[in-house]
Amino acid sequence: MKLITVAGPPSSGKTSVILKLAEALSIENGKMGVVKFDCLTSFDHFRYEEKGIPVKTGFSGKLCPDHFFVSNIEGSVNWGLHSGFQLLITESAGLCNRCSPYIRGVLSVCVIDNLSGINTPRKIGPMMKMADVVAVTKGDIVSQAEREVFAFNIRQVNPSAKIIFINGITGQGATILAKQVQDAAEITSLRDSRLRFTTPAAVCSYCTGETRIGEEYQMGTMKKMEFKGDRV
Amino acid sequence: MSFEAYMSWVLTTPLNQIMDRYPVCHDFFQNLRIGELHTELTLENALSHVDSELLQEFGMEKHDILREFCEFLTAFGREAEQGVRVRTVTILGGTDKAGDSEVKEWSISVGEIISVVGPTGSGKSRLLADIECLANGDTPTGRKILIDGRALSDEERFYMEGRLVAQLSQNMNFVMDLTVREFLEMHARSRMSQNMEHTVKRCYEQANELAGERFGWDVKVTQLSGGQSRALMIADTAYMSASPIVLIDEIENAGIDRRKAIDILARKEKIVLISTHDPLLALRADKRIVIKNGGVNRMIDTSSEEKLCLEEVEKLDAVLYWMREKLRRGEELKRELLVK
Repeated sequence: MKLITVAGPPSSGKTSVILKLAEALSIENGKMGVVKFDCLTSFDHFRYEEKGIPVKTGFSGKLCPDHFFVSNIEGSVNWGLHSGFQLLITESAGLCNRCSPYIRGVLSVCVIDNLSGINTPRKIGPMMKMADVVAVTKGDIVSQAEREVFAFNIRQVNPSAKIIFINGITGQGATILAKQVQDAAEITSLRDSRLRFTTPAAVCSYCTGETRIGEEYQMGTMKKMEFKGDRV
Repeated sequence: MSFEAYMSWVLTTPLNQIMDRYPVCHDFFQNLRIGELHTELTLENALSHVDSELLQEFGMEKHDILREFCEFLTAFGREAEQGVRVRTVTILGGTDKAGDSEVKEWSISVGEIISVVGPTGSGKSRLLADIECLANGDTPTGRKILIDGRALSDEERFYMEGRLVAQLSQNMNFVMDLTVREFLEMHARSRMSQNMEHTVKRCYEQANELAGERFGWDVKVTQLSGGQSRALMIADTAYMSASPIVLIDEIENAGIDRRKAIDILARKEKIVLISTHDPLLALRADKRIVIKNGGVNRMIDTSSEEKLCLEEVEKLDAVLYWMREKLRRGEELKRELLVK
């Protein structure tokens, strides 16, 4: 089975890209599955079900979505293997713009949309920097120049990534992504595989339910901004 | 230059010399939030003054930065040196939706204008997608794309696919909150233009020539009128876009000189494909491709009779243009002017 991890900010077009990819790959019905990692609610499973694609949805709830991903990815792979999939895709929303649910040796795709501001690629961090493929959506409604500058800004952060413009409505560009997927590695297990980037470090009082504001309530891993010289 | 060559250059050259040659390097350090660097030193030495905790936030150690910086230089150096150059695109035909063979082989060259006709859903976007991904018998149509008469190596294919085609359509808008000047400069910078000021100026003048009404350097691109922004997009694509092929999906009649627009693109060594049913544009092309049921059904050279038709259409268009101008100036129209 091949595994692909897809990540990107909310509403960037991850689901559309995956659906268009599925069309371009023309995999037999029921041989491709999706695991959707989300935070609180998700409506994407309807769209997969409509296309006859088996889907499982997991909600991280009060946990860090990155931590939630790592602790469930092995289970997802087992589900895929038992279901006899040829391809399993995980879809996760990068909720703090740092989530990078990428695993070494597993094809990783970052989806980002062309409307999200020209400097966004420079701000996203590991989710973009560590990806093998950066899929840019919604390019059909901005000018060619903006597409090119956007691609330039992506290349700055991740010079080795393959940048693909994908139209989530017509599917233009999905063929190029499909080629990448066909070359992706086959896996049988993820045991002892490694993440490409550390998950956000956070064991502090707020992680365990603290809601009050003030120094005396803050324990564990904390980081303070500097306001040196400013009158606060 | 190769990665290794950049590496030995970076190891021995003060950073400020590298940055002078490639100003884009400033962005590399900004992206890592490294503000103050001792650029009179080599990168390796300069990094020893940088807070390593900061780098760890980006998941990097100092040697990673050195490697990534050289990767960055390799990628952008290649961009500046070669870009994507294409003289001719040849399409070896495949099959249409019914499995019947389409036109066997046809080519388009730099400076040529080709119109693409056929109803919605006939397969125009499929054709474009095949060109864009440099199909090699691996798409549903079975088409093969040759560049300059030959099949590409895997490495060339990887570099070129997705970069060949620039697109212009009437659904496109500017979304960046920048002035015309900032916008053009930003695009020129991303192309690593050697002669940035000159290119930006030429592009601005050309856009103004195409637009019905002139616009200034300091207008926000989002505030341009429909015609002005279309004119700016076309001039920008002609002068600055990296892609050798331009696909135009219907240019609306938004008060720009459409004929001139297309001529500019052809003159700037682009391969121009226009998807249009507007006789003024379709007949102006050297050839037109008829798409039917997913395949290229026919290839028609614009005949001399059609060129005569075009002359008539141009006269009509001139009348319309002139009437529009009169209305714009608040004047009244007279019937006898129509008869002429």
